[in-house]
Amino acid sequence: MITSEELAARVRELLAAHPPGGTDREDFLRARFDAGLAWVHYPEGLGGLGAPRALQAVADAELEAAGAPDNDPRRIGIGLGMAAPTILAYGTEEQKRRFLRPLWVGEEVWCQLFSEPGAGSDLAALGTRAVRESGSGDWIVDGQKVWTSSAHTARWAILIARTDPALPKHHGITYFLCDMHAPGVEVRPLRQITGEAEFNEVFLTGVRIPDAHRLGAVGQGWEVARTTLMNERVSIGGMRIPREGGMIGPVAGAWRERPELRTHALHQRLLELWVEAEVARLTGERLRQQLAAGQPGPEGSGMKLTFARLNQEISGLEVELLGEEGLRYEDWTMRRPELVDFTGRDAGYRYLRAKGNSIEGGTSEILLNIVAERVLGLPAEPRDDKDLAWKDLAR
Amino acid sequence: MASRAPFDLLYSDTEDELRSAVRSLLADRCDAASVLARAETDRPHDPELWRTLATGIGAAGLLVPEKLGGQGASHREAAVVLEELGRAVAPAPYLTSAVLATEILLGCDTASAEVAGLLAQVAAGARVCVPAVPLTLAPGAPLPAGVRDGGGGVLTGRVGSVADAVAADVLLVLADTGLYAVPAPDVSLVRAVPLDLTRPLATVVLDGAAGTRLADPAAARAAVAGALLSGAGLLASEQLGLAEWCLTETVGYVRGRHQFNRPVGSFQGLKHRLARLWLDVASARAAARAAADALATGSPDAPLTVAVAQAYCSGVAVRAAEECVQLHGGIGMTWEHPAHLYLKRAKADSLALGTTGHHRALVADFAELPSP
Repeated sequence: MITSEELAARVRELLAAHPPGGTDREDFLRARFDAGLAWVHYPEGLGGLGAPRALQAVADAELEAAGAPDNDPRRIGIGLGMAAPTILAYGTEEQKRRFLRPLWVGEEVWCQLFSEPGAGSDLAALGTRAVRESGSGDWIVDGQKVWTSSAHTARWAILIARTDPALPKHHGITYFLCDMHAPGVEVRPLRQITGEAEFNEVFLTGVRIPDAHRLGAVGQGWEVARTTLMNERVSIGGMRIPREGGMIGPVAGAWRERPELRTHALHQRLLELWVEAEVARLTGERLRQQLAAGQPGPEGSGMKLTFARLNQEISGLEVELLGEEGLRYEDWTMRRPELVDFTGRDAGYRYLRAKGNSIEGGTSEILLNIVAERVLGLPAEPRDDKDLAWKDLAR
Repeated sequence: MASRAPFDLLYSDTEDELRSAVRSLLADRCDAASVLARAETDRPHDPELWRTLATGIGAAGLLVPEKLGGQGASHREAAVVLEELGRAVAPAPYLTSAVLATEILLGCDTASAEVAGLLAQVAAGARVCVPAVPLTLAPGAPLPAGVRDGGGGVLTGRVGSVADAVAADVLLVLADTGLYAVPAPDVSLVRAVPLDLTRPLATVVLDGAAGTRLADPAAARAAVAGALLSGAGLLASEQLGLAEWCLTETVGYVRGRHQFNRPVGSFQGLKHRLARLWLDVASARAAARAAADALATGSPDAPLTVAVAQAYCSGVAVRAAEECVQLHGGIGMTWEHPAHLYLKRAKADSLALGTTGHHRALVADFAELPSP
């Protein structure tokens, strides 16, 4: 097993061969991938060295200190956090070799074609159909997806579709890698509560997907999708946040700088939320320390719930604190941001955008069920849909 | 505002071993039925249990350096002991003797024979020493000034709501002329009926009691203030252990209890409440560990971290105990089920060493978020 000293030496070799200052950004990133320093815990040849995951921090720190460019992880978060681990777990050798490198470098942006207007929290109820064409063996896909971030910039998508409506809902699903430039893929902006179109609707009409772009076996799609969803939920909590690093920062700043806004009632709420934000920060830090020590705890499944609630309460308080100014909104013009940027925006935007935190990536209600059932071992709700054919479900 | 280097928020192997030792002792000797039976007598403490905890396991001297007769451990280990004592709602004078009184003595001049001698005995578990201050006294609050020195350490006055005074061999008394060690037989106690049956309260009445002077007024006040900070920080761990028991017990109960032909724990309304409580307990653990680590390392961040832990963990413990009573339904309301012992301890703990409101006000000071 590689040691952290050996890893640091490999980083220095990379830097010597490709000095960050004089190398094209993407060339540098490709070289980093090929040196196994992209995801050190991935296999050799696929961006990694088969090293312990904890060593990634060593490589990242060395590279950051040397001023090396990064792959803009926020822009390609869906690819990095969801598509890549799923392709690694279920992809063929050919798929891994084809997709992982451009994904990590950021040449190819990924999006996720999972949710549908009729299948959000009950995702396995999805109705987008994929029918296999008898001669070519290709799949022909028809349906509608929704809440798709990055669809307008994405080159590829992970897609789940129904391939056998006669089976119970979890068994008739298959997982595909979908070319977003294929004929029949139409991306429409979906304007939201903030006035912006950060997400999209995606209409799929007779979209042809070669069988070589199927991920996992036919009918295994739900199992594959669970890998994606698990990775979606653990992506939070790995980062070290400074005190007041989250949404509490701007509110505390406004409180300090603008004494005229202070009232006793707001003071009590501010202190309560400040304490909760600090405790959430410490909880995330504890989770990070547990992961680094190789003792992952179940706390990860809770962090998203905590941050969603806190972001909503804190941003709500901030609008109120601002008084007259809180009555105004920055701009209702429809825009298409590439990223969600909380800190660079006004309080009203933060308030409205934070409403999505308890819905996107699993609603808080569903996550509470998951904590109750998987962490606390409480019995599942009785379900009468598990053994019924999908086509016979109430709609 | 910048935060310091991150706290170590995990448990070390040594701490895990200490936990197992304390937990198995309490499992053997401090089950809920016997805690309740003792609570109904006028001797809620179990001296045998205390002796094993203090001397057998060496828990009484964790905070005391080895050269002063202790274990030379730290607040991190003491916090683990308190977690287990909270989990068992154990009636033991640990917080008062092994934490508060010990910290006061450590804050005095340990080169003096009187201080060192008493400290060594307390660390060895040979004597129980309790500060004669109200349990509600909070770090940052004005210290009481009710005891007068009539000359030569002859003390007169009253101090109410002193926890564990009935178990004390020695009381530490803060008087106008300094800090005094007073043998328990030289004071009279007026016992109160406590809300928390497992932590007895009494008014300490000094009527010309002779004390041994341990510190002058300024040193005494500084020592007591430091002890209150440690006590408040470590109380968070007792609250954590208590909350964890309540959660675990309640989850176990709702899994087994059937109504409407299904386990009541399968109802979403209950599942969500328990999932939220689990989140709160996980967060309380991080807050309590941060406070223990900040105290152990003497971090300049300790006063804020302790205030954060106290402002958070009190509420979690009370909520956990209240949920425990509610979700046990009728049985949660009975005397024979131990849930009430936990509720009473949790509620009393929320007043001990400063309320949530008091600690929030401290956060306001330390984090520079001034009131209007």
